Amino acid sequence: MRHKKYEYIDHTGDLGFKAYGTTREALFSHAAEAFFQAIISLETIQQKEERLIEVGAAALDELMVGWLSELLFLFDTEHLLLRRFEITNMKDCGLKARVRGEVMDPTRHEIKTGIKAVTYHQLYVKQRGGIWEAQVILDI
Amino acid sequence: MLRNIPSGVGSRRKDLKLSATQMHDVLVKGAQWAVSQGYGRAEDLDYIEEAGCISRGNPDYVSERAHKRGQNQLGTLGSGNHFVEVGVVEEVYDETAARALSLHRGQVTVMVHTGSRGLGHQVCDDHIKLLLKASGKYKIELPDKQLCCAPIPSKESRRYLAAMACAANFAFCNRQLIAYWVQETFQEVLHMGPRALGLELVYDVCHNIAKIETHEVEGRDRKLCVHRKGATRAFPPHSKLVPEAYREVGQPVLIPGDMGRCSYVLVGTETAMKETFGSTCHGAGRLLSRHQAKKVARGRTIVRELEDRGIYVRGASKGTISEEISEAYKDVSLVVNVVHRAGIGKKVVRLKPMGVIKG
Repeated sequence: MRHKKYEYIDHTGDLGFKAYGTTREALFSHAAEAFFQAIISLETIQQKEERLIEVGAAALDELMVGWLSELLFLFDTEHLLLRRFEITNMKDCGLKARVRGEVMDPTRHEIKTGIKAVTYHQLYVKQRGGIWEAQVILDI
Repeated sequence: MLRNIPSGVGSRRKDLKLSATQMHDVLVKGAQWAVSQGYGRAEDLDYIEEAGCISRGNPDYVSERAHKRGQNQLGTLGSGNHFVEVGVVEEVYDETAARALSLHRGQVTVMVHTGSRGLGHQVCDDHIKLLLKASGKYKIELPDKQLCCAPIPSKESRRYLAAMACAANFAFCNRQLIAYWVQETFQEVLHMGPRALGLELVYDVCHNIAKIETHEVEGRDRKLCVHRKGATRAFPPHSKLVPEAYREVGQPVLIPGDMGRCSYVLVGTETAMKETFGSTCHGAGRLLSRHQAKKVARGRTIVRELEDRGIYVRGASKGTISEEISEAYKDVSLVVNVVHRAGIGKKVVRLKPMGVIKG
């Protein structure tokens, strides 16, 4: 059976999700989908623009926060909405990715939730029974 | 007002574009920069915590990324629980204090709730990374990585406090700009001059900030770092840090409720100074998660429900409105009554909302 990519979890005041993947690459890609799906319906985003991203961190869980924070930075500064995330290089302390999406168009895009920050609160990235799993709480 | 005040994701004023030098000035001077540019009057500064500028801010510890996130967001409301609320004084609990604050029954008020926007979050992100390392260096065991820390006199903490002060200054400036545009809107719509309109700043107070303050502990004065998270300052009468006009009654404390119920103005007390380092609550606090709130709101037209009760909500996405319904919050009146009875704040007036702009 194919495992689900992610699920949202209830958290008073904030918004959390768990993401899953058979590989670390899939896990990070699914976490990014969960992140943007919280902001907007992914299907409304067209793949018009591409960016190459490189993130480093001291540990794998911190890399998850660094990765999502990088996406939030692109959204905050360039209003870039992203839906496709291809992890091209993955290590414990860094990743490279090719991401695709488009600049927000207020006439077509309805923002569901504005995300303020990606937090380290109750954060984990672990492997269980061959499946990678991560939990992230977003400050909204 | 919605046209005049950028709210919601990605919105901004076309006429406010900051150069790197101007951004530097905002981070160092806070609301004083806004006033120097003609946004509001010099007297406004007397009614802002720290006169709208925390002096130990050092932009050297605010990253390029934080600048980039902040630059487009100065003078914007933001989303989530941020708002501008037009209300009316519905009940006066303390005539003397209300008079000192120039508030009276039937008076129209405006409350602005916003802060340091993406800049503040980026300052937090950047310094969390540094403090995660510092926690290891100082051998502090962390129950949760978000709680990473360092001793207050350390280099890492001093730098963070200097960056946080810049974020606070950005927030003071942001609210000063928005307050100015609120004034401007009222003047344009009602065709009245500022004097006839009489919209004056009652007070601007921080929440979610750590400050170095002197408090009495076991009979002697000590310098402390007071972190008010989900809390706000509530200094008592006669404190030198309270504006002169309010010195007999205490520092105004603004406690917003949810958009359907009411908000309160209180004043700080001596009890707060003794028991809570001069602090009290900042809002009602959430009861339901945003997801639960959306479930409760499903199938209802919240905007219409509020309009039937004389409260006009504008600007927010449907999602935000559902997340911010009254039922999602504790009843602010119950919370404020606890604060009042505990003596860490004294009720002055209750405000009934009439119109709300949300991001």
